[in-house]
Amino acid sequence: MNIETAGLGTLIIILAMAVVTLATRWGGVFVMSFVPIGYRVRQFIHAMSGSVLVALLAPLAVSGDNGARLALLTTAAIMLTLKKPLPAIAGGILVAALFRHLWPMLA
Amino acid sequence: MARKEATLHRLDRTLVWDGFKALLPISLFVTIFGIAFGVAAPQAGLDDGTIMLMSTLVFAGASQFAVLELWEPQIPLFTMMVTVFAINARHLLMGATLYPWLEPLPPAKRYGIMLVASDANWAMATQEFTRGRPGLGVLLGGGIALWCFWVLGTWLGLSVGGAIRDPASLGLDMVMGCFLLAMVVGGEKNLRMLLIWGVAAGASLLAFYYLPDNSHVVVGAIAGGLAGVIWGKRDHEH
Repeated sequence: MNIETAGLGTLIIILAMAVVTLATRWGGVFVMSFVPIGYRVRQFIHAMSGSVLVALLAPLAVSGDNGARLALLTTAAIMLTLKKPLPAIAGGILVAALFRHLWPMLA
Repeated sequence: MARKEATLHRLDRTLVWDGFKALLPISLFVTIFGIAFGVAAPQAGLDDGTIMLMSTLVFAGASQFAVLELWEPQIPLFTMMVTVFAINARHLLMGATLYPWLEPLPPAKRYGIMLVASDANWAMATQEFTRGRPGLGVLLGGGIALWCFWVLGTWLGLSVGGAIRDPASLGLDMVMGCFLLAMVVGGEKNLRMLLIWGVAAGASLLAFYYLPDNSHVVVGAIAGGLAGVIWGKRDHEH
C-alpha cells in the first residue's frame, strides 16, 4: 500500500515509524518476560541490523556520482583508522564538495 | 552478594540526574548528528513540522535517515515499516540484555524506561551493571539527555539548512550516506561480518536492478540476517 507524503499521509507515516520503533524498544523486554530469546534469533537480529544499512548503501555507492563514491570511501577509511564517526562523516562530505568543485567534469 | 544484586535495579532522582550528566558529553555529538538530520531532511522533501515530529516521536537516527532515502511523493508503507523495524531491531537485543535488571520493576516503570533506550545509554548502563553498580539511572537519565539533544539538534539543523541553496555542491547530499556507512564500519568487524555484509550488498543490488522499487532494503536485510544464521558464530571461533 502506498501512502502519500503529504497532509494526513505524512502523519500516518511518522506514527507508523514511531509505533514500529517503540515495538523494538519494548519487544525485547516483553518477549523475555515470557521466554528467553534463543541463540539463532539473536544471530539473525544481530546480522540483520548491520545488513539493512549495507543494503541501503550498496545502490547509493553503485548508482551515485564519483563524488559520492569518493565520499563513502573517505568515510570508510577515516572510520577504520580513527574509529570516530564525526571526523569520518565530515571528511566524506568535505571530499565530495572538493571533488565536485575541482573536477566537475569527473564528478 | 544477594544484597548487592538486589540494589542493582535501584532507580531514584539522584541516579537519573547522574545518568543525565554522564551522557552529556556524548549528547554533544548527538546534537551534531541531529543538525545533520535537520539539514538532510528538507532536501528529501519533508517540511519542518514533519521533521520535528519525526525526531520527537521516533528518536532513532539511522532509521530516520533511512526513511529519507525512501521519501518520494508516495511511499510504500509496508516497505517503510520493515526497513525501520530491521534497522531498529537491535533495540530488541538491548531490551533482552537489560531484562534481568528491569524484571523487578513494575511494568509501567519497566516500559517507561525503555522509551528512551538507545545505543549510547544502553552501552553505558550495561557497563555500570557489569561493574556491579546500578545502571537504570544511566539508562533513563542518559536517554532523556540523548532525546533532548537529538530534538534540539534537529531544530538547529532546520534553522541552518534553510539557508543552503545547493546542498550537493557542498557535499551535503552525502550526510546521510556517510552517516549510515560510519555506523556500519564502526560496528563489529571480522571475516564473518564482512561475508554477511557481502551477501546483504549483493542481494540488495540484485533487488535494486531486478525487483520492484525499494524492495532492495528488505531483501538485503533478510539475506544478511539469514547469512548470519547459516554462518553462525561458534563460541570457540578465534
